[in-house]
Amino acid sequence: MSSQLPILQVIIPLISAPLCLIISRPKLVWLFTLIASTISFIISIILIHQVMQSGTIIYSLGDWEAPIGIEYRIDYLNAYLLLIVTGISSIILLSAHTSITAELSHNKYVLFYVLFLLCLSGMLGIIATGDAFNVFVFLEIASLSSYSLIALGKDRRALTAALRYLLVGTLGATFILIGIGLMYMMTGTLNMHDLSERLPNLSESRTLIIAFSFFTVGVCLKLALFPLHWWLPNAYAYAPSVVSAFLAATATKVAIYILLRFIFTVFGIEFSFSILPLQKILLALGLVGILTASTIAIYQNNVKQLFAYSSISQIAYIILALGMNNSTGLVAALLHLFNHALMKGALFLALSAVMYRVGSTQLTDFSGLGKSMPWTMAAIVIGGLSLIGIPLTVGFISKWYMLIASLENNLWPVTVLILLGSILTGIYVWRIVETAYFTTNKTGLNHIKEAPFSLLLPTWLLILANLYFGINPRFTITITKLTAQSLGAMP
Amino acid sequence: MNILESFNYWVVMILMMSGLYILIAHGNLVKKIIGLTIFQTSVYIFYISMANISGATAPIIYKNIEGDNILYSNPLPHVLILTAIVVGISTMALALALVIRIKQSYGTIEEDEIHAKEQQQ
Repeated sequence: MSSQLPILQVIIPLISAPLCLIISRPKLVWLFTLIASTISFIISIILIHQVMQSGTIIYSLGDWEAPIGIEYRIDYLNAYLLLIVTGISSIILLSAHTSITAELSHNKYVLFYVLFLLCLSGMLGIIATGDAFNVFVFLEIASLSSYSLIALGKDRRALTAALRYLLVGTLGATFILIGIGLMYMMTGTLNMHDLSERLPNLSESRTLIIAFSFFTVGVCLKLALFPLHWWLPNAYAYAPSVVSAFLAATATKVAIYILLRFIFTVFGIEFSFSILPLQKILLALGLVGILTASTIAIYQNNVKQLFAYSSISQIAYIILALGMNNSTGLVAALLHLFNHALMKGALFLALSAVMYRVGSTQLTDFSGLGKSMPWTMAAIVIGGLSLIGIPLTVGFISKWYMLIASLENNLWPVTVLILLGSILTGIYVWRIVETAYFTTNKTGLNHIKEAPFSLLLPTWLLILANLYFGINPRFTITITKLTAQSLGAMP
Repeated sequence: MNILESFNYWVVMILMMSGLYILIAHGNLVKKIIGLTIFQTSVYIFYISMANISGATAPIIYKNIEGDNILYSNPLPHVLILTAIVVGISTMALALALVIRIKQSYGTIEEDEIHAKEQQQ
């Protein structure tokens, strides 16, 4: 049984999805989905344990050895990402029932869980697989279900946001497909491990550079790197709150995983950073992304949109840390993957509580909420502090590593700009705090009560995780250092 | 370089660029989807061209043909592209379903008119 874990991880949510339709009672379906996701979470804990003890796990699908069959390969990076995605999805699902009852129409409850599970299994598949074409297939499973999840939003702008995401996302996926096709053309294999052995011999070839370009641009469209980010704010703002929390915390992380896996393992550091000027490109795009997206976030009047822009700037931080091209930078990027998932998950869940009680996330509706919803607002404040990178929160740990990485590279201007980014973050977080605590409510919405326990529990679980891993980051730092070593980053 | 030798790839490039152009330039949502589909189709042709080996036959084993020196073209890209076609169809179906919902709630499928209505909101 335990040797089948890598595939069970993906299969359980995939099989549970159609079963939801048979159960068809909303509350039972919710419990069923929660159990399926929790089982995946437990499996991912066992997997990370196994990887730490006995190294990379290789699993051949249907006992067909690679390269004929598809191979699942779980090393530190995979196990770490599996843990993030399943953990966040299980915590977010805790709040799903209460939140979607308020935000979706009655006949869509069950379909929501079906799509959620499909999206989850798509993401887990992307992470677990060791086959390049399989990445594309799972990417499309995850993407198609997330387009539909976004379109479930009540506001009609959710529809246009979903269609825009679909057009951009399909464009990105097709670029990835072209990249994979060119790689196959050069090497005759789709297995990532074989690709990583055969591609370095071809590093002079122009076809490989084109394959790399198509692939990277495609992935960057998916992860909303700065100039390719325009689909994201509306998609996150008008999707149902649970969906925003789930996608903001996991979807972009999975896209970053694909980027990491291909830059470091498949193409190799040598090719990506020495032959191609990837370092300069990532540094430039990261910096521009941080500053622009944070500045735009300051001027947003819808808090969901504000945090969506903040996500774009935090992704740019991860890309910036990658662009440092030393092992501290890589550790910082990996830490921020985990930490950003915790922060954004908590913040968007807190917004779902606001949405539940107030019915809107416009900034003006936040006035006086500090008094009427103290727990929710306290969660937003701590999450916001974590975004800024105040000590004792997880945000501090990853920002600290980024600063060290930039100093190791003697990139003084970058250090200053990272700090400037934190100040900009401080400004937009302060706008929310100011409205919630220091303005009184004029519209007479005094009957607003604290959010129900089922929404507060998952929010505070994530907030406490924010604090715990900020005070005691031993686990995350150990695992990210091991991951960075396994990716072969230069010391 | 002989242009005719890489004729397939020229077709792929022309289709790909016209698809991308339609996707970017047209304001009508259905036309955008058509552009996207043309763009995806060009990739199918790319994969299938890549599988061909000059002088090779279809990868089907006949009983009455003996010997190892028969050259078969590579069947794997065809299989891959079958999967991609299925993905393409489901993407198009979802996109068209979204367009129907947009038409119902906005009364139009022209991008600039939708944008104007969103601004009023």
